[in-house]
Amino acid sequence: MTAVLPMAPAKVAHSEGVWRTAWRRFRNDRVGMVSLLIVAAFLVLIALSATGLVARHWQAEVGVPNAPPTVLGPRPPEDLGAIEVPKGPNVDLSDIDPLAPRYKEWAERAAQMKTQETQRVDTLPFGGDRLGRDVLSKAIKGSEISIFVGVLAAALATLIGTLFGAAAGFIGKRIDDFLEWLYNVFNAVPDILLIFAFAAVFGRGIGTVVLILGLTGWAGVYRQVRAEFIKHRNREYVRAAEAIGASASSRMFRHILPNVSHVILVRLSLLVVGFIKAEVILSYLGLGVPVDQVSWGTMLSEAQAELILGYWWQLAAATLFMAVFVTAFSLMADAWRDALDPKLRGAD
Amino acid sequence: MWAYLIRRLWQMVPTLIGVVMLVFFLFKYFGADPAVILGGLNATQEQVAAITAQLGLDKPWYVQLGIYLKQIITFDWGRSWATNESLANLFGTRLPATLTVMVPILILDTLVALPIAMWVAYRRGSLSDRTIMVITTVALSISFLVYIIIGQYVFAFQLGWFPVQGWSDSTLTNLLTYVPLPALLAVIVGVSPQTRLYRSFFLDELGHDYVRTARAKGMTEDTVLFKHVLRNAMIPLLTNIGYSLPGIFVGSFLIEIFFSIPGLGREVYLAVNRGDYPVIQAATVYLAMLTMLINLATDLLYKLVDPRVVLK
Repeated sequence: MTAVLPMAPAKVAHSEGVWRTAWRRFRNDRVGMVSLLIVAAFLVLIALSATGLVARHWQAEVGVPNAPPTVLGPRPPEDLGAIEVPKGPNVDLSDIDPLAPRYKEWAERAAQMKTQETQRVDTLPFGGDRLGRDVLSKAIKGSEISIFVGVLAAALATLIGTLFGAAAGFIGKRIDDFLEWLYNVFNAVPDILLIFAFAAVFGRGIGTVVLILGLTGWAGVYRQVRAEFIKHRNREYVRAAEAIGASASSRMFRHILPNVSHVILVRLSLLVVGFIKAEVILSYLGLGVPVDQVSWGTMLSEAQAELILGYWWQLAAATLFMAVFVTAFSLMADAWRDALDPKLRGAD
Repeated sequence: MWAYLIRRLWQMVPTLIGVVMLVFFLFKYFGADPAVILGGLNATQEQVAAITAQLGLDKPWYVQLGIYLKQIITFDWGRSWATNESLANLFGTRLPATLTVMVPILILDTLVALPIAMWVAYRRGSLSDRTIMVITTVALSISFLVYIIIGQYVFAFQLGWFPVQGWSDSTLTNLLTYVPLPALLAVIVGVSPQTRLYRSFFLDELGHDYVRTARAKGMTEDTVLFKHVLRNAMIPLLTNIGYSLPGIFVGSFLIEIFFSIPGLGREVYLAVNRGDYPVIQAATVYLAMLTMLINLATDLLYKLVDPRVVLK
C-alpha cells in the first residue's frame, strides 16, 4: 500500500446541483418523459410550420367545400331536386336585351384574363373546411399560433411577476407596500372582467392577446416569488455576498434568483396551459386572433356552424390537437414540479 | 372581532381607490375617444365637439376623475351608451338570470366532486385513484368550448332532450326547462378541477396524526372518515367555496352567450363588442367591491367553522 498524499487538495466532493438532481428524478418519471417527448414533437412541428416547411399554404382551397376525411370516402353527388334542368338552346333575346351588343366585347376581355383551373380533390386526410381548405394544415398552423400566444403571454406574465416579486420581497418597505397594493387591486377584480376591460380598450390581434393575458396574469407569480425572496433575503449565502460587496441587484438576480428559479419555472408552465385555454376562448369570442389567421379558437368557432350541417372533422381535429398538447404539457409540468420540489409531490 | 372587521373594511379603501383609478386611466388613455364612439360613423366635427363638451371630456383629468368618483359614490352611473338603458336597471335585471344558472351549478359541482374526491383520496394510489386522476387530467385539457358545442348539439339538437337555448320570465320555468342543460355541461367541466383540489385537501388531512390515533383507538373506518377527516377537511373546502363565490356574479359568460341567457356575463361581453364603456366600468368596480366583501365574509366564516383560527 502506498500512501500518496495528493499534490493538490482533493477535489471537494461537489454536491449535485439542483438542476442535475431534478433531471435525474425527472428521468425516472415515465409519464413525465413521454409527455416531454410529445411536447418536443409539437415544438418541432411548430418550428417547421413557422419556417414555412409545413402548412405554409393552409389558406389554399385545395378540396371541395367541406371535403370529408379520406377514410369516409367522397360525398355522394347531391340530388339537385325535382326541377329539371332545361335542355336545348337558350331563347334568343338579343333584340330586346340592352346588354347584348357588349357581350362579344366582354367575352374577348374575359378571354385575356388567365384563370387557373385547380382540380379540387374530393377528400382530404383530415377533411376540409367550408372553403375547402385542408383541416390538417389549419390544425398545424393553428397549433403554431395558439402555443406561441400561450408561451409568450406566460413569459410576459412571469417576467412581470418575477421583477415585481423580487423587488417587493428583497427591497421591501415602500416598494413592497406599493406592489402589495397593486396586487390587491388586480386581485380584487374577477379575472375575466379584467381581461374584458383590457380587451375593450386594446382592440384585437395576436399581440394584443399576449399583452392582455400577460398584464392580467402576473399576480400568482408575483405572490410566490415575493415569498421566496423574503425567505432567502437573510440567508447566510446572501449575507456573505453582501459582505464581499455584491450590489443589491447582483444579490437579487445573481444569487437569489437561481435559487428560486425552479419555483418560477413551475409557475410558468402552469401559466402556459391556462393561457392556451384562455386564448382559445378569447379567439372564439372574436377578441383574439384576427380572421385572416388561424388558431385552435378560430377553428372551434367555425366548427360550431359546421357541426350542425354534420361536418364534424374540423371540431375533431382542433380538439384532438389541443387535448394532446395540453394533456402532455400539464403532465410534464406536474413531473417538473415533482422533480424540482419533492416536498410538493402529490399535492395538487 | 369588531376591531378586526373595522380594520379590514378600512383596508379596502385604498384597494378600491386603486381599482377605480385602474379602470379610469385604462379607459382614459388607452381606450378610443368616447365622443367618437358615441357620435357614430357619420358624426360631424361639431357633433363630436358637442359630445366632448357634454361629457366633460375637455376638462383636465382630475376634474374628470372627480366626476367619475361622484358617480361611483352616489351609485349614479347614468345610462348605457348603446341601449340608453339605465345601468341600475341593467344590473338589476341581468343579475337574477346569472344567479338562476350559477347557484345550481355551484351546489351540484360541490355535491358531485366531494364524494368522488373523498373516495379516491381514501384509496390513494389504487387503480381507481389513478384512473380518476387520468380522466380529470384529460377532461381538463379539452376546452370548455368543445363541451358546450358538442353538448348543445347532441343533447339539444340531435336528441331533443332540452331546448337549444332560451329564457323566460318565470324563474321556475327557467330552472326546470332552460337551466338543466347549461348546468349539466358546466358541472361536467367543473367537476374535474374540483375533484383534484378536494382530493388534495383530504390527502392532507389523512396524513395527520389524529387519523392514526383514531384508528389505533379502534374506531371504524366510517367514523374516522366521516366524523374526523370530513370535518377537518371542511375548513379548506368551505374557504375554497367562499373564494369561488364572487365568480358567480360574473357568471360563466360562455354559458350565457351560448344559451342566450340574459345574464351579467353576456351583457359585459356585449358591452365589450359595442365599446359600451360605462357598462364595463360599472361592472368592474362594483364586482371588485363585491369580491372584497365576500372574501371578508369568507374569512369571518372561517373563524366560525374553525375555533382555532384567530383573527388578527
